[in-house]
Amino acid sequence: MHVTLQRDLTDLSNSVEISSLTVQFGSHTALMDINLTIKSGEFISVIGPNGGGKSTLVRLILGLIQPNIGTIYVFGSKPSDLPSDAFGYVPQIKTADRSFPALPIELVASGLSATWPRKVKGELKEKALDALKTVGAEHLADRPLSRLSGGELQRIYLARSIVRNPKILILDEPATGFDSTAEMDLNKTIENIHKVSDTTIIMVTHDWESAFHHSDRVAVLNKNLICCDTPDSAFSEDALRVAFGHIGHTHEMLFGAKHHH
Amino acid sequence: MQEIINILQMPFIQRALIAGIVVGFLGSFYAAFVVQRRMSFLGDGLAHSAFGGIALGLLIGTEPMWIALPATVIVALAITWLKEKTELGSDTAIGIFFAVSMALGIIFLSLKKNYSVDAFTYLFGSILMVQAADLYASIILAVVTILISARYWHRWAYATFDTELAKSDRHNVRFDDYLLSVMIALTIVFSIKLVGIVLIAAYLVIPAAASRLISRTFYSMTVLSIIFGITASVAGLFLSVIFDLPSGAVIILTQAFIFFLALIYSRLRK
Repeated sequence: MHVTLQRDLTDLSNSVEISSLTVQFGSHTALMDINLTIKSGEFISVIGPNGGGKSTLVRLILGLIQPNIGTIYVFGSKPSDLPSDAFGYVPQIKTADRSFPALPIELVASGLSATWPRKVKGELKEKALDALKTVGAEHLADRPLSRLSGGELQRIYLARSIVRNPKILILDEPATGFDSTAEMDLNKTIENIHKVSDTTIIMVTHDWESAFHHSDRVAVLNKNLICCDTPDSAFSEDALRVAFGHIGHTHEMLFGAKHHH
Repeated sequence: MQEIINILQMPFIQRALIAGIVVGFLGSFYAAFVVQRRMSFLGDGLAHSAFGGIALGLLIGTEPMWIALPATVIVALAITWLKEKTELGSDTAIGIFFAVSMALGIIFLSLKKNYSVDAFTYLFGSILMVQAADLYASIILAVVTILISARYWHRWAYATFDTELAKSDRHNVRFDDYLLSVMIALTIVFSIKLVGIVLIAAYLVIPAAASRLISRTFYSMTVLSIIFGITASVAGLFLSVIFDLPSGAVIILTQAFIFFLALIYSRLRK
């Protein structure tokens, strides 16, 4: 009996299990009655309007905030109880402080050491360089952060998150402000990571096209979880209308794209 | 040469020199964080809180440092708390305490007769003021700084770069921030006699600003800042003795000279 219970609680086929979850900040409700299960190895995109709770969901999964009501389990544990190296986190780069004197190799190494390294050498350096190679940014290892483009810096953050072999990779608007080439490159890199590893990927994005083409499921979030379904169903007129109040210009393009798909 | 040897043999110069090295190290170590966290105004706010404490000490006739010390630490904690718990920006929180402490200080001083000489030396710094007890206290603070930096330099640097990343890696950023504020407050109090209240904020900025110009990593920025800070303190003290000028002002000008050299070097390198 005890063994069965144990297995239920640590069902490893699910990476994230959220039930009846509500998050409030004072009188403001950020997330309302969310139920969501994400399987191990799944690639989920999260879309929704600004202020719809996308970043709150990210912070919740990372264990940075606690729900007011309901529960969240990541690999069967409370997120804050999990070791931080279970998570690979790519924050929004617009918050990055580029005036901080740092080299990409240090930023990547900080992913392994989980603190800021004094010097990057030996095994730490080798692993960091490997991760930079994976994202095609080995040549940037020693270029100051202040001299990187947005696309280059995003790659460094991606290398930083995969260097620890995370069980779950969380990307918060990774392609915001990119030109289309940089965006395609990034999407390709993320898709490669998805193919070669069993890492669960959760990507918050404003880019409906990449959500449509790359993810297994798309969650549409506007305080409530409107739906979490295959890209075809999630980008239905109904779901988008409920979430955004309109179906948007991109929607037309997607439906065009769907016919060719 | 003989003149320098003569100067070095005076006990008050020896005390001041050791104090210069110790608080030069302390100030420039924390300066790296002050500069990167854009907290230079915090230095001003805390220095003026110390002024309130010193004025109270002068009024009641006790060693002013013993009042300035807790007053400054309490204000440092209060500023950090206000910033964390309210919508107010840290500049606003600092601005309030800055003004209140200064106002209290002025009232305390006005109640005391014959205050001007004492107040002047605290405002502008004087090597004559450094007593053995000050020296021991700052040496203890430096040892504590060295001990905790083994662990906290990494954490403070990480949160300086990105608070969210540090939190996501389970660092107690809140506690770390409070600790950093307290250490900066203590550094300010122990540096007052040498540097003076008016200039102490700059003292916690210029060495790190100079090293930032020519550093590629935060570690090298920290190390260079310490080297610049100690060099400026020692050179500034000698110059202030030779030319009979307030030590704080001369130390700051020496720092500024180093900053200027770093600026030229960084421009030439490009």
